[in-house]
Amino acid sequence: MILIIIWEVISKLQLFPAFMWPPLFIPNEQGGVTILKTFIDGIVSGQLLEATGASLLRLVIGFVIAVAIGLLLGFLIYKFKIVDDTLGFFVASLQAIPNIVWLPLAILWFGLGVGSVLFIVILGAAISVTITSSAAFKGVNPLLIRVAKTMGSSGWHLFRTVIFKASVPQLIAGLRIAWALTWRAVLAGELLGGGGDGLGTLLDLGRSIQAMDLIFSIMIIIGIIGSLIDNFVFVRLEKFVFRKWGISTT
Amino acid sequence: MDEHILLENVNKSFPKNNRSETVTLEDVSLSIKRGEFISLLGPSGCGKSTLLNIIAGLEKETSGKVLVNGNPITGPGNDRIVVFQESGLFPWMTVLENVMYGLLIKKVPKEEAKERAMVWLQKVHLGKFADRSPHELSGGMKQRVAIARALVMDPEILLMDEPFAALDEQTRMVLHQELETLWRETGKTIIFVTHNIREALVLSDRVVLMKTRPGGIKNIFPVQAARPRNSSDSILNYLENRILSELEQEMEKVLKEELGSDYALKKDRVYIDPHNNLGSDI
Ligand SMILES: Nc1ncnc2c1ncn2[C@@H]1O[C@H](COP(=O)(O)OP(=O)(O)OP(=O)(O)O)[C@@H](O)[C@H]1O
Ligand SMILES: [Mg+2]
Repeated sequence: MILIIIWEVISKLQLFPAFMWPPLFIPNEQGGVTILKTFIDGIVSGQLLEATGASLLRLVIGFVIAVAIGLLLGFLIYKFKIVDDTLGFFVASLQAIPNIVWLPLAILWFGLGVGSVLFIVILGAAISVTITSSAAFKGVNPLLIRVAKTMGSSGWHLFRTVIFKASVPQLIAGLRIAWALTWRAVLAGELLGGGGDGLGTLLDLGRSIQAMDLIFSIMIIIGIIGSLIDNFVFVRLEKFVFRKWGISTT
Repeated sequence: MDEHILLENVNKSFPKNNRSETVTLEDVSLSIKRGEFISLLGPSGCGKSTLLNIIAGLEKETSGKVLVNGNPITGPGNDRIVVFQESGLFPWMTVLENVMYGLLIKKVPKEEAKERAMVWLQKVHLGKFADRSPHELSGGMKQRVAIARALVMDPEILLMDEPFAALDEQTRMVLHQELETLWRETGKTIIFVTHNIREALVLSDRVVLMKTRPGGIKNIFPVQAARPRNSSDSILNYLENRILSELEQEMEKVLKEELGSDYALKKDRVYIDPHNNLGSDI
């Protein structure tokens, strides 16, 4: 609240031109811009909503594919020592590279556009999921595995009913990290590589037409979506799983 | 004699680091009859759990022969079920689902599996807790679920690794009786690991006393007292004293190695309670 007041005051003092520091609510001159107005206009006209939708779609597609790849590679690393020694090592070193660094390469391969954005989105999250899932599978309490084996479980049944289930709490935590990575990668990719119609592209547009109000509107949306999904999906899921698995969070 | 399990010159070592390895079991030979109740007794770390795991097929012997019904063991099988030292319940399943787990693997229809699991939960006095999560149970209750989970499988051979160590005296006595009745009625072969000499004597046909460093069999005591056993039976008392004195020798050896020259100083302070967890605190 105080921040909001300070913001309005600075804007009213006109220390900066309005395109650099637009007011939040109260226009400086009759019919002048405010962030709120741009935000509402953008949503009403559909421009912001469409861009949000486009980015979210990329986010979900990228996330689902990345998780599928990550779980598969995680399983292979867990299951086969040879894969662990080769691919496992490779993946661990890849993780040190921030995924936006791949963008130039991606643009060379897929050209500017959605393909490149999806590529870096999937790459970063898949590596993260691969590492957390293989570590989770390897870290399952050996006692639980012995119990399952003495009861007659083995092979795929053992993995499905015990190793995977016992890993779920760590997997959820890993997915949460992967989700945050994906969201960042989508925006960074769109901003730099041009994803046609997403929020990142709109941000770039805002910069080129010097529309600070538009930029702020988009930043607000990005922040809201990021924290909404984190709080309503992942924090809840984590709480539920931790309670069910009997892990105390305190 | 109908031989059920045969161990011949079994050795087991675990790799310690790249070059050396620890010898956990050395030259263990033992023949166990069908329907026999055997106890394994010995100081902590002497390889009781390892021996049990080898018979269960969870661990492979380094050398030697392990036969069940005359056939070498190739892996776990549901003719042999282990009750582990720790309960090892699956936290994501309810108590009932935990007990049903093995039955469903055996392709028992779900409804029947549920009924059979309930019967065993009631026998360990946990019928009311069927729908709870394992983490809502106390340590002793969890162990009773683990026992129910093993017994519901109705295996030919029961391998029990200190199953009652975490229980209170009353529950333990109830379960002793339950186990003895079950054993008498079903003729199962039972191998029972314990630290408690009394428990071993009250339940077993033979008590196998194990030694340590390297682990192996020190002595075997047949218990020829009449059943149902009466804990004031003079045979039991006599055996208890003999086993105790041999165990003390064994523990002295361990202490000597552990403490080196400090041993003489500490000797007087070592207190051994024959009725409770002999050696478990080492
Ligand atoms: N997986 C393993 N890797 C390396 N060493 C092992 C392994 N399992 C057991 N050992 C070693 O083998 C020895 C015997 O262990 P084991 O668990 O069989 O003892 P125990 O008689 O059951 O002891 P306790 O009474 O404390 O349960 C110990 O010295 C232990 O360090
Ligand atoms: Mg043990």
